[in-house]
Amino acid sequence: MCADSSLRDRFERGLAAPICLTWELTYACNLACTHCLSSSGRRDPRELNTTEAKSLIDEIAAMQIFYVNIGGGEPMVRRDFFELIEYAVGQHVGVKFSTNGTRIDEVAARRLAATDYLDLQVSLDGVDAATNDAIRGVGSYQAARQAMDHLAAADFGPFKISVVMTRRNVEQLDAFESLAEHYGAHLRLTRLRPSGRGVDTWDELRPTREQNRTLYHWLIERPHVLTGDSFFHLSPLGAPLEGLNLCGAGRVVCLIDPVGDVYACPFVIHDQFLAGNVRAAGFGTVWRESELFVSLRDEGSPGACASCGSYDACRGGCMAAKFFTGLELSDPDPECVLGHGEVALAQKVEVRRPVSTSDHSRRVSIPLRTRA
Amino acid sequence: MVIAAPSVDFDASRAWALSSEVSLRDEAFGALAYHHGTRRLVFLKSPELVTLVRALGSFDSVNDALDAHVDAPQRARYYAALAALQRSDLLRVR
Repeated sequence: MCADSSLRDRFERGLAAPICLTWELTYACNLACTHCLSSSGRRDPRELNTTEAKSLIDEIAAMQIFYVNIGGGEPMVRRDFFELIEYAVGQHVGVKFSTNGTRIDEVAARRLAATDYLDLQVSLDGVDAATNDAIRGVGSYQAARQAMDHLAAADFGPFKISVVMTRRNVEQLDAFESLAEHYGAHLRLTRLRPSGRGVDTWDELRPTREQNRTLYHWLIERPHVLTGDSFFHLSPLGAPLEGLNLCGAGRVVCLIDPVGDVYACPFVIHDQFLAGNVRAAGFGTVWRESELFVSLRDEGSPGACASCGSYDACRGGCMAAKFFTGLELSDPDPECVLGHGEVALAQKVEVRRPVSTSDHSRRVSIPLRTRA
Repeated sequence: MVIAAPSVDFDASRAWALSSEVSLRDEAFGALAYHHGTRRLVFLKSPELVTLVRALGSFDSVNDALDAHVDAPQRARYYAALAALQRSDLLRVR
């Protein structure tokens, strides 16, 4: 998906409904990844129940949102998981969901394979257990690989392997590509954000500048590798990467969290980016009328990036990455490839990183049990 | 976005229509088209193109639809846009 500049301008002013809607079904998760965007772990007692979730699907269908990206937490731990995805597909809302794979046994794999209009991605942050489990927890590599084996055996077709790029796995890019080929899967790479528990691990896990350059050139040679439009901050390194190359928050993208709160994007679960709640007003009203979203669509100022010749390539980068590193939204991206973000951070007298307003991390870690 | 160039497979003397697997959502710039089978999203970048695409199904040929909806100087551009949509499997021969 890519767009010419007039279309991009149009997208920046917002659409009638999102193109990319992420809906996190639960904050419950049996893993405790150190970079979890949503600080998931414990279920929230206020989470939408089955009836409310189905009403939301009805509204998504009525707004002609063609597919929804389902995540969590681990969405498959919800008892009504299959009921909800099958209901969505029945309403012609395609489902793309993200899972750690721990709940994909033989039976689940066959059921998933039998469902039309369903895409899934299994998260994996290293090509070996040592690299992966350091971030995602002991046993999570084996669980993810077992899930992939079950999907392959059930003839699911091309699922996705979804990788968050970190300092520890940029060197494994070719090996990830081979792994995807082994399964006939699509490789999907996304950017590490300093969001959720990532606030605490971003400094040590984010790719170095040299690694970001490696990643950019690797991606340019492989336009078939999926990125969810994640790396547009790297586009000033040369030709633009595949995708819209803009921050879609509140314009073409948003997040509905498990309790029905609507945030500008999946990476900004924080009160400052909370637009409203689907229980109170319905999702459509929040999308169209919330003060936050209206203001995001109104912003035309390139801020501190105004004088940079590369502004058109990256549009100032990722709002979430700026916010959670203590930068102003008018500042450059902290990982600006021209180094302007580092300068902006260095010029702050005191860098105050925002404190999470929605933490569902488990207080005590529990060992992962996986199904055989 | 599909690249606009005439396709050898797109025969404008035949009757075409929007594929039953495709949904259109109107937007200020035109429309989003989503193919539920290929799961690809395509942008229709003008409201005039959207009107033309929706009307295709009620004409005996693409040429007739172009005659009715498009001024002569714009014809090649709209033909190319339709051919590109056809290559993305958004249109089906009737």
